[in-house]
Amino acid sequence: MDKLAETMLQQPRPPEIMRSGHLACPGCGIALGMRMVLRAIGPRVIVVVVPSCVAVTSGPFPHAALGVPAFHSAFEIAAPTAAGISSALKLQGIHDIPVLAFAGDGGTFDIGLQSLSGAAARDDDLIYVCMDNEAYMNTGIQVSSSTPRFAWTGTSPRGNPRRKKQIMEIMAAHRIPYAATASMGFPDDLTMKTKRAAAIRGTRFIHVLSPCPTGWKIPEHLSPKVAVAAVETNIFPLYEIVDGVHYTITHESKNLPVQAYLSLQGRYKHLTDREVAEIQEETDRIWSDLQARAAKERV
Amino acid sequence: MKRFITGNHAVAEAVRLCRAQFVAAYPITPQTPIYEKLSDWESAGELGGVMMRTESEHSAMAACLSASLTGVRTFTATSSQGLALMHEMLHMAAGLRVPVVMAIVNRTLAIPWAFWSDQTDSLSQRDTGWMQVYCEDNQESLDSIIQAYRIAESILLPCMVVLEANFISHFMEPVEVPTREEVDAFVPSVAIPRRFDMENPGYVAAVVNQAQYRDFRRLTQEAMEAGLNVIEDVDRRFREHFGRGYGLMDSVQIEDADLVLVTTATITSTARLVIARLRQKGHRVGLLKIRIFRPFPVLQLRSVLERVPRIAVIDRNISLGREGIFCSELKAALANSSQRHMIQGYLAGIGGTDVTPDVIEKIVLHALEMDKATDGPIWIS
Repeated sequence: MDKLAETMLQQPRPPEIMRSGHLACPGCGIALGMRMVLRAIGPRVIVVVVPSCVAVTSGPFPHAALGVPAFHSAFEIAAPTAAGISSALKLQGIHDIPVLAFAGDGGTFDIGLQSLSGAAARDDDLIYVCMDNEAYMNTGIQVSSSTPRFAWTGTSPRGNPRRKKQIMEIMAAHRIPYAATASMGFPDDLTMKTKRAAAIRGTRFIHVLSPCPTGWKIPEHLSPKVAVAAVETNIFPLYEIVDGVHYTITHESKNLPVQAYLSLQGRYKHLTDREVAEIQEETDRIWSDLQARAAKERV
Repeated sequence: MKRFITGNHAVAEAVRLCRAQFVAAYPITPQTPIYEKLSDWESAGELGGVMMRTESEHSAMAACLSASLTGVRTFTATSSQGLALMHEMLHMAAGLRVPVVMAIVNRTLAIPWAFWSDQTDSLSQRDTGWMQVYCEDNQESLDSIIQAYRIAESILLPCMVVLEANFISHFMEPVEVPTREEVDAFVPSVAIPRRFDMENPGYVAAVVNQAQYRDFRRLTQEAMEAGLNVIEDVDRRFREHFGRGYGLMDSVQIEDADLVLVTTATITSTARLVIARLRQKGHRVGLLKIRIFRPFPVLQLRSVLERVPRIAVIDRNISLGREGIFCSELKAALANSSQRHMIQGYLAGIGGTDVTPDVIEKIVLHALEMDKATDGPIWIS
């Protein structure tokens, strides 16, 4: 039994908030991630979802896969929607129900960035979870500003020429109280971060890399393994940023070569050795920069 | 107490008097003084609610509709480009059946850039499922906001109260500002459905199939249709309570009229003088002001105009490629009349140009003398 399965079996299982009946694809990383986030936060929460794969996980009318009150809002307004609910609850004297917004990478990095920035600048009281599957998957795999360099999508058929937008730096620049990356490959870390976010007030941002079997061209059972590989190759390091400046790396990676992550996925099948080397170089540079920021905290 | 205030100030007074709990807004000329006035009061602890200073009108409406879903009384205000940016959210607000109240200060839409009164911004939101009230002066703007809360929260549809740039927004007039007690006795305390129930969790705004979509649309249309009665009822009660009212429309001397001039908003005030002047000169002319645009009072308009042979409509707006929008709507409403009407549309006041008594008189005399109406609009300059 591998370590992950062992860890999961040892945990007492809290009640599931996300129930069966969602419409995500088999093996969907987002469904897995949302389930973990909601399990960590518990049943006393109001959820906002926006058009994206996140929205289909909620199920078709009149069914509802989420066992908490939820609102399917518009694409670009996850943050102000959550902020409106949060303000209204306080006006009604309710202070113990957090509002949790789930949006995809399109709704966060692209079309929703302005409204997210507005909420973060106001430090509106909400938890924003970006379920990042690195392209517009719900419309059938089109490039977003979260799509990594050289990755195939339906609108980057020869590989994406742009770099992935560094959303965590953008959120840190707003000096919000809490921002973190998390992975369904590391459930304890994800749970710890969700609970930590829930315990404070203001705009909290959690960036979850969410493997997509359909869009990344991986077998249905491989999402957790790919998620682990993203972390262990430093493609997607796990860390926290408090108040926009205090960095802590929460998992020391195995520093595996990026090929250990890329080779699992069909979307990178066309890569040349030179392109793999460029990804390695870029990954190393960002990783050492992150380590330097975290090291500054330790002295 | 009568106070000498701008239309924007009058709107802000009404919002405070109605105890709006959540205001989200973004500045745009000529709406800005409403936003500033409410901000002043919030800072001084006199608003009674909280404000969210959003980064766009789109987010302002997003926050208003979600706060309203949570069960609080909301307000926002905008103009022109801001309203156009909000468009997506307006459809959502109506579909969600949230009673958000919004003031629109009519302003020209770019391009070209300008800052003057023009109704095309709000009329472009015709099909969004918002009720629309067009105000003639500062007093009606204040009163319509108060009425709007009672109407919107009764039928659970959003309502925009529309006032014109400068002529209302920035011009000062004596306005009767009711007391808090008077308004409290008229606007019920907040009882907006709380759609997020922790005990019985549901999913607001799910994905539906074709037939479900059609059925939801039909329910909203039925609410709109029922809305006309509610609007009339609220206005009647308002008249009983405050001693003034406005109706779905207002008519002046139309019983024996050979021609009725149809106007909206501030042009109406000027037209009242012109109609009186022309009556003195022996012309049998009348005036009809349309106040409620959505839901459109088709039967009431048809009944009022039943025996009127000639109708002239003044529009400070245009649906490019057709004509003035009130004119088109009126023609459609009268299509099933038993009587034939000659209906002529005039475009006057576009871009905030002055519509003087002489301009209106020219329009009325032209319409009285014409042999045949043109299908398109006549531009008055």
